[in-house]
Amino acid sequence: MNSFKKNLLKKRYNAERRFQWYGKIAIGLALTFLAVFMFQIFSKGYSAFQKTWIVTEVHYDKELLLIDAESPSKDDLENADYYDVAYKAMTSLDPGLPEEEDRQLIQMVSYKYETEVKDLLLKNPDFLGKIVPIKLTASDDVDQVHKGNYPRDIPEKNRRVNDYQLQIYDMLNERGDILSEFNISFFTSPDSREAELAGIASSFMGTVFSILVCLAFSFPIAVLAAIYLEEFAPKNKFTDFIEVNINNLAAVPSIVFGLLGLGVLLAVFNLPRSTPLVGGITLSLMTLPTIIIAARASLKAVPPSIREAALAMGASNMQTTMHHTVPLSMPGTLSGTIIGLAQALGETAPLILIGMVAFVNTIPGTPVDPAASLPVQIYIWSESAERGFVEKVSACIMVLLAFLILMNLAAQIVRHKFEKKWS
Amino acid sequence: MNLILVTFIILLAFTSYYFGRKKALVIQSSQRLTALPKFYGYYLAAWCAAPALIIFALWSVFEPSIVKTFILQDYTDQSLTKNELQLIYTKVKALAAGTYTGNITNFLDESANKYIQLKGIANSAKVAIILAILILSLSFAYRSVQKNDRMREPVEIFLKWVLFVASLGAVLVTIGIVFSLLFEAIRFFQAVKIFDFIFGTHWYPAKTFVRDGQPDPELMKDAFGAVPLFAGTFFIAFIAMCVAIPIGLLSGIYLSEYAGRGVRKYAKPIIEILAGIPTVVYGFFAALTVGPFVKEIGNAMGLEVSAESALAAGAVMGVMIIPFISSLSDDVITAVPQNLRDGSYAMGATKSETVKKVIFPAALPGIVGSILLAVSRAVGETMIVVMASGLAANLTMNPLESTSTITAQIVVILIGDQQFGDPKTQSAFALGISLFIVTLFLNVIALSVVKKYREKYE
Repeated sequence: MNSFKKNLLKKRYNAERRFQWYGKIAIGLALTFLAVFMFQIFSKGYSAFQKTWIVTEVHYDKELLLIDAESPSKDDLENADYYDVAYKAMTSLDPGLPEEEDRQLIQMVSYKYETEVKDLLLKNPDFLGKIVPIKLTASDDVDQVHKGNYPRDIPEKNRRVNDYQLQIYDMLNERGDILSEFNISFFTSPDSREAELAGIASSFMGTVFSILVCLAFSFPIAVLAAIYLEEFAPKNKFTDFIEVNINNLAAVPSIVFGLLGLGVLLAVFNLPRSTPLVGGITLSLMTLPTIIIAARASLKAVPPSIREAALAMGASNMQTTMHHTVPLSMPGTLSGTIIGLAQALGETAPLILIGMVAFVNTIPGTPVDPAASLPVQIYIWSESAERGFVEKVSACIMVLLAFLILMNLAAQIVRHKFEKKWS
Repeated sequence: MNLILVTFIILLAFTSYYFGRKKALVIQSSQRLTALPKFYGYYLAAWCAAPALIIFALWSVFEPSIVKTFILQDYTDQSLTKNELQLIYTKVKALAAGTYTGNITNFLDESANKYIQLKGIANSAKVAIILAILILSLSFAYRSVQKNDRMREPVEIFLKWVLFVASLGAVLVTIGIVFSLLFEAIRFFQAVKIFDFIFGTHWYPAKTFVRDGQPDPELMKDAFGAVPLFAGTFFIAFIAMCVAIPIGLLSGIYLSEYAGRGVRKYAKPIIEILAGIPTVVYGFFAALTVGPFVKEIGNAMGLEVSAESALAAGAVMGVMIIPFISSLSDDVITAVPQNLRDGSYAMGATKSETVKKVIFPAALPGIVGSILLAVSRAVGETMIVVMASGLAANLTMNPLESTSTITAQIVVILIGDQQFGDPKTQSAFALGISLFIVTLFLNVIALSVVKKYREKYE
């Protein structure tokens, strides 16, 4: 009997320990997912912040540039023919190469290399007639080889960089003519079909504009609505209905808001397609319930003694609310707003539906210019097959996550710094 | 033009605020004020801006459709369909704006001239009416300022109305959703029988693509069967819940019952980071890392695995939902009264026995509610499926094959340029309304369950 009891107790204690372990394993799994995920993104993405250049020499030959004037003006330089000069700059890397094979060398730099040759001369007009070194953007294939993201040992016919190009690359690399620098153009240039030229400037501005529009629409309406519902609304069927409505709206899938934007904002109000204005309004409809709920919660947290004191001093209901309750609730409301905006920042599906997925290679200057947004940019790039875009996507994700972390930190700071603790 | 008008109204409102306040100071010298001087300003400003802006908004909403009926009156004798009329109207507008590039007929030219003329009349009428209203309302308001009527009450009543109208915003959004979805969906169901939509087993809308003319009704019948999509949606949600429920629930229980203060302080926010990551990022992760990984493992075991398997999408979705379930169940479990625990311990039960036999049953309604909310989240999730699972609607229960969902199909149909009036485009709205109904149903049940549960212990 005694041993039976002992056994039972042992069993129960084992079960207890096992159960604890299940919990620990579950938490461990969740944390592992997060770690693997972050590791993947960072290990794939950090190299996008480096840009590869190929250094060569360019001879700004007046004859090849087709410049006749003795002292050419800016316009002459602007209109000169840079094709041959740029071409020579690349082919001079291997003078022994037969002419029909030249493309192999040209393919090693980005297709915009001619513009780069031109821009250097426009910046330094005194280079005319001289032989000067120049940095050209390497093509994304060479870029990937240089970063070690591209396997060199697969058979040549399956490779986008052939043996000859690898040979030239090795030669240049040995000479120190392959440079790696911080990739400023990733932040300053718009989207491009070529991975080596693509940047996030257009989608970044698109995101900024959408979020501002979203804030401008959702914040005032949400705060006013919250004030009404919390401070003035009579308790009746209709206000109950509004309340249920808001709670349900907060759980409606985001894509449905995209359909709303498409069916109402674009089709009925004829607002311009693919613009941050429409995107922002669509997102504001989504964040509206989130902000209302946060604002109501923080209005509710203001103790009744504040209201009673104000009323006792003869303030009207409206004055009590506007002068005392609302200002005291602002920290909570603001941090809720920032969290709502952070959610809107990561939304993709509704923006795709209202056409913010279009290819935009200009940087938008106003909310009514076509634009993408950062999450949509992630989607667009991840759909393209080129290897160079994988690191771009990861880098874009890092920027987006940094943005989100900053916003959440801001929300925390607002909450902890300014919120009064009522005890 | 509109911008100038609105700016003018707003500027006038500001001026009248200062004017009203000044007037109050003048009145003060002879009689007692009924309110603070600023209320005189608010009173005037509100009377200045509100009526004019309301009329302006109404005008802007109704003007285009009135102009449209006037223009299209000339075409009524040609027995054109609605879509053709719409096309003509678009052409007329483009011609009037000078952006039309097609063939200009006399008739079109005439209409465009008429359009420009009508617009001109409408614009001057609008300005005149708004100016008249401004004068009327300002003079009315000024008279009551002069008479030194009560000023604070009307301003506060006005403010209260503003607050009330703002609170209607959320209701308007819901109405907007329902109507925009219904409007297109009803037109879709005129072309496709609702029965074929709900019970058909083939989803292949690309088949019905037509540029001009009427789509073939025979093709339509077999192209819009949504069963594979419903099945795919719930299948992927099921896979997600298989990942999320055990991990989320167990970590929720551990955090609320076992974890020390230190672990809780750090582990909880870190797990919640998972919920803050944008879904497009999960989609990328699923497509690039998890999908190939699942495929490799499957191939090593001799199974045929699609690179875009439902399993990869579902598993990643599950990871996304973990914090949702864990923090909700954590809250629910913490809300279980301490005396239930104490009672169980007093009977000699171990902690895990207490959790399993006392706390879990007590918290069950709340947990079920949070799971339902999580399911609704999984059903509505879009980007992960678009990027990581297939876009072809297979009717399959094999997690290693690719399937598609309602949300993914909406994106597939509506990405790029859409033609309104095309049954393919309309089908997206029909899918949207079924998605809305399903999630609404789940949410209503979940919210009411959770609410009842809260009331029980409060």
